Order: sequence, then C-alpha cells, then structure tokens
Amino acid sequence: MASIPKPAVSPSVDGLGGKILGWVDDRFPLSALYKEHLSEYYAPKNFNLWYYFGSLALLILVMQIVTGIFLTMNYKPDAKFAFASVEYIMRDVSWGWLIRYMHSTGASMFFLVVYLHMMRGLMYGSYRKPRELLWIFGCMIYLALMAEAFFGYLLPWGQMSYWGAQVIINLFGAIPFIGEDLAVWIRGDYNIGDATLNRFFAFHVIAIPMVLLGLVAAHLVALHEVGSNNPDGIEIKQNIDPVDGKPVDGIPFHPYYTVKDLVGLVVFLAVFTAIIFFAPEMGGYFLEGPNFVPADPLVTPAHIAPVWYFTPFYAMLRAVPSMFGSQFPGVAVMGGATLILFTLPWLDRGKVRSVRYRGPIYKGFLTAFIASFLVLGYLGVVPTTVWGQLPKNVPLLGGVDTATLVSRILTVVYFSFFILMPWYTKIDKEKPEPTRVTY
Amino acid sequence: MKTPIKKLLVTTLLALVFLGANAGPAFANSEEVRLDTAPINLRDQASLQRGAKIFINNCLNCHNAQFMRYSHLTQIGLTEDQIKQNLMFTTDKIADSLVTALDPQDAKDWFGKVPPDLTLVARVRGSDWLYTYLRSYYRDDTSPTGWNNEVFKNVGMPHVLHDLQGTQVLSKVGEKTVHGHTEPVMKLTLDKPGTMTALAYDAYVADLVNYLTYMGEPARPQRTQLGVIVLFFLVLAFFATLWLKNEYWKDVK
Repeated sequence: MASIPKPAVSPSVDGLGGKILGWVDDRFPLSALYKEHLSEYYAPKNFNLWYYFGSLALLILVMQIVTGIFLTMNYKPDAKFAFASVEYIMRDVSWGWLIRYMHSTGASMFFLVVYLHMMRGLMYGSYRKPRELLWIFGCMIYLALMAEAFFGYLLPWGQMSYWGAQVIINLFGAIPFIGEDLAVWIRGDYNIGDATLNRFFAFHVIAIPMVLLGLVAAHLVALHEVGSNNPDGIEIKQNIDPVDGKPVDGIPFHPYYTVKDLVGLVVFLAVFTAIIFFAPEMGGYFLEGPNFVPADPLVTPAHIAPVWYFTPFYAMLRAVPSMFGSQFPGVAVMGGATLILFTLPWLDRGKVRSVRYRGPIYKGFLTAFIASFLVLGYLGVVPTTVWGQLPKNVPLLGGVDTATLVSRILTVVYFSFFILMPWYTKIDKEKPEPTRVTY
Repeated sequence: MKTPIKKLLVTTLLALVFLGANAGPAFANSEEVRLDTAPINLRDQASLQRGAKIFINNCLNCHNAQFMRYSHLTQIGLTEDQIKQNLMFTTDKIADSLVTALDPQDAKDWFGKVPPDLTLVARVRGSDWLYTYLRSYYRDDTSPTGWNNEVFKNVGMPHVLHDLQGTQVLSKVGEKTVHGHTEPVMKLTLDKPGTMTALAYDAYVADLVNYLTYMGEPARPQRTQLGVIVLFFLVLAFFATLWLKNEYWKDVK
C-alpha cells in the first residue's frame, strides 16, 4: 500500500527518541502543536507584572480541579451529613485540612487573579479588535466562575452557605411573572433543602467545570490565533523581520515565558501558602465565621453577606431602591453590571489601546471605575448603616443611610465608565504610539 | 512600569487601605463590649490537657463536641490509657466522639433550647470572645436563670463556674457624656468571692479557651509548623527560578 510521505515537522532528534517522535507525528501532530503553541508561539518581549495572572489563573483552575476530586472522595452531598463530612475531612482524613484549605483559599485567589487579569485587559486595551472574541470568552469564563463559586459555597452546608444561597435564589424570585416558579425550579423545593444541595453538587463538580474547561480552551485558542497584546498596545505582527519572517519584538513563549512565569508561580505560591498555613480564614473574608455553624432554616444570621468577590455587585443590588414593590430593578442592575463587560470592544472609540498613550479623560474614568469597584466591594461586606445616616435637615436625602447613597453614586460611576466610553474615548487627547515596544 | 499606571495603582491601593483601615472582620459581633485578648498557646500541651479536663468535667455535661473524638486527644500529648482512665465517662470506645449524656428533649424542657455543639465554637465566636464571655457573668435577678452576661446579653446558660469565680455584679461606677446626654458607666465587680482568686480563675478559663481553640481546628499547630518549612522552600525556589529566568533572558535585547 503506497502512502504519501508527510512533510517532516519533527525536530531533528536522534536515536530512539527521534524514531518514537516520528512515529507519533505521523499519527498525531505532536511536534506541530508543540511548535505552534510553545516553541514558535511568539509573544511580545515587553510583558510586565500584569501578564502573570493569566497563567496563574490556569494554575489555580488545575489546582481547584485536583483538590476538588480529593474532596469529593469524602464529602457527602446530603443535608444530614454534608456539614459533618466537611469536619470529617478537616479532622479524620489524612491531609484533609490541607486539601480543604487549598480549595477554599483557591476559590478566593481565583477571583483575585481573574480580577487582576481583567484589569490588565482594561488598562492595555486587550479587548480591542482583533481580540473581541478572546475578551468575550474571558467574560464567559468570569460568569461561569461566579456560578461555580455560588454552587460550591452551598456545599459546606453552614449558616452562611444556606442563607447566602437563599438570598441569591430569591433574586430570581424578583423577576416579574415567572420569578416565583423560577425560584422553585432552581431550588427543586419550596425551601433550600436536600434537593437543592444535591443539584448544586452536580453543577459544582461536573456541569460548570466542564463548561469552564471548554471556555478556557476556546480562550487559549483565540489567544494563539490573534497573538498576545502587550503593555504598549501595539501589534508586534506589524514589524516582521524580513530575514526569518518572525516578529522583531516577539520571543518564543517557550522557553522565555515558561521560565518567567515560573518565577511568578513561585511568588504566587508563597502568598497562597502563607494564607493556607497562617490565615486560612483570612479574618473572616475567605471562610466566614457563621459558616462554622450548621445550616439552620429556622435561625437567620444577624448579617448576611456574600463572600468578598461578589460584594461589588451585592452593594449595587442593595443600592437600587425597589420599584412598584419589586426588587427586580436591583437584580437587573446587578446582572447588567456583569453583562455590560461583553460590550466593551464596541464601546471604545480610542485610536490607541494602551493606557500609556491615552489622554487624561480616559485615565480619569478608568481610575474612577476601579475606585468605584473597590469601594462597592467594601460596602457590600458591611451593613448599610456603617457610615450612619445623613442629617435630618438635608433636603430630599435627610435620614438616608450614607453608605447607600455612596453606593448609588458609585453604581452610576461604574456604569458611566461603559456608557460614556464612546464619547470620552473619541474626544480624548491621546499621545502617539511608538512603532516598537518599549523594552 | 510607566508612571500613569503607577499613579493609578497607588491611588486605588490608598483608597483600599483607607477604607479597609477600620473595616475589621466582616462578621464581628455587634456588641460594644471590649474583648480581652485570650492568651492562646497551642504548643502548651499542659494547658491543653488541663483545658480538656475542664471541658469534659463541666461543658460536656450539657454540650456536645460531636466532631471531636476522644482518640484525637492523643494529639495533645495524652496516651490512650490516660484518656480512658481520666476523661471517658459517657462512653467506653476511644474513637467515639465527645457527646453528652444529656437527653436533648430534657435539655429543651430545662433550658428552653438544646445547648449548642461546642466543637467549632472557637471558630464561630473567636477565642477572645470566649475568654471574655466566660469571665463576664454577673448576678441578674430579672433573668430566668438569675444570671446575665456582659458579652452575651440574656444568655440562656447559667454561670456554671460561679463557685470558682464567685458572684459578680454590674454596678455603676460613674457617668460619661455621649452626644450631649449622660450615660452611666457600668463595671463588673466581685461581690462574693469564689474558691479561686481572680488570677487563678483567669488562668483556668484561659486553659479552657486554649483547649476550645485547639478543638475548633486540631490541625492548627501542624499547619503553622508546616507553613514555615513550605515558605522557606519557596524562598529558595524563588531565587532558583529567578536565576533560571535571568539566564534565559540574557539574550533578549
């Protein structure tokens, strides 16, 4: 049988190793994949600190999956046994406490890293053409991550698990007409109970992780198709070396960025393990005190707050006043705050991508946006009375909780960053971009 | 890093620090009482053993610690024989958990509710809260048990350790002006001394709280010990990977 010889893609490896590689390459594009995604994937050479968080997010994803598998071996998704099984893991399972803390700390660190990764994208305009789909896949990953965290948080079956889930599911109940039925459909019961726990377990350990993995793959494929952006926001592909046909300012991802990311990985692990070993509760922010009390449908905790990574949106929810006796406007604002991220590539009318060459107006809006997100995050963990009330003699607003008023203003700031973007990016006075990256 | 980003970072970080400064834990108790710092030392096995004895002799009469097994007490330096001979009254199997002999229905009839499980109480309330709480009982004839507590208002539990501490009363020691009106300044004073001096009682409670803290998270001594080794390794790994990176990046111009 005559076979058509394939073009040689294998690197010149001698001896038995070369033969095996050749055998594999005839059947599976191993060397081609290696070249395309690692040794001949050209990344800009001017990556800074902000460029560590993508690879770190991938690391945490893997870590969450591995620790999750080991937790699943001893966890019982049953309203009667769930809480006790977590304590069993903490006390009786060999190294169970370490696996559990890795998983619980990993959840918070995942969000921290992803928020920093998203901020990098914002600052350097990584969402701009031709990276719109890359950005959209990223936004979908963020949504999936929020779902994953929400489902997972019910599983320890503590007081905050129970009442946090209660609050979030009731949000769906605020949707007009179908809300009540929708909430029952999500819970699988009229109250959060065993049925809810079982389905949340299913979503947390299989459904959402599969979606996440698929989206991460799509995110990476899209990235390697268009190539990485960089802190200068200019395309390295526009400056090709006429001799070897490679970008002048690009360097192969492997070995240069693999060894560089290794340094970032070690620094991250130092922070991560310091939390695990010395402050796994992180002062009540990563593991909340009331969650060490088993879920009790009859006792509502004094103060229900979601975990810190949801609090900017929670603060918006509380800030929006209910209209016509319905909480729906708040729910819509909260949903809108996450969905508006998707539209970003089409809102930006600036000529430059990177904040380095943007004008003062954009910088002002970006700073206000980041500040609003952080302050809203803080206001979401504390009661609305934290800053007291405005004096009674203030017209219109007298007696209103100061924190609620601030949340309302900041919600407007958050949205105006997006809604006004087509206007302010157009009129802003930008600086000229360089032709080569700054290194 | 270029200047605008640096400025942006500094501004946002400052905002964060400024806000976080008086944030404190998200779920601190709203009570205004200032908590005393519990002298926790999980390496002090003698204290942990005394605390275990105090817990089993007093607390376990009504409270459970159902996630804790007797056999776990070997972690604080006791042998199985010592545990069996001195600490096991309600069971005969060393792997059993610390469960009270009190019937839950009786408890409900007598106290109005089943006393809460104490395995994790130190993680819920915090060691300082427990240490202050157990020393803040005072006589209150208006409450059903005759006892009240400065840290836990209208607490359901009577002062179990009152024969040791004695009887405190909450009395007015002065006045202060708050927002234009005067408020009494209340202070706990010992009315009738118990069998222990105040100092001895504090040490007794400290042992108990030390034990409760250990019981809330038995892995804690191990994790802090391991943490030092892991961080030491990571510091070495940092220099190794940094050297590797710099070697490779020499040819990037």
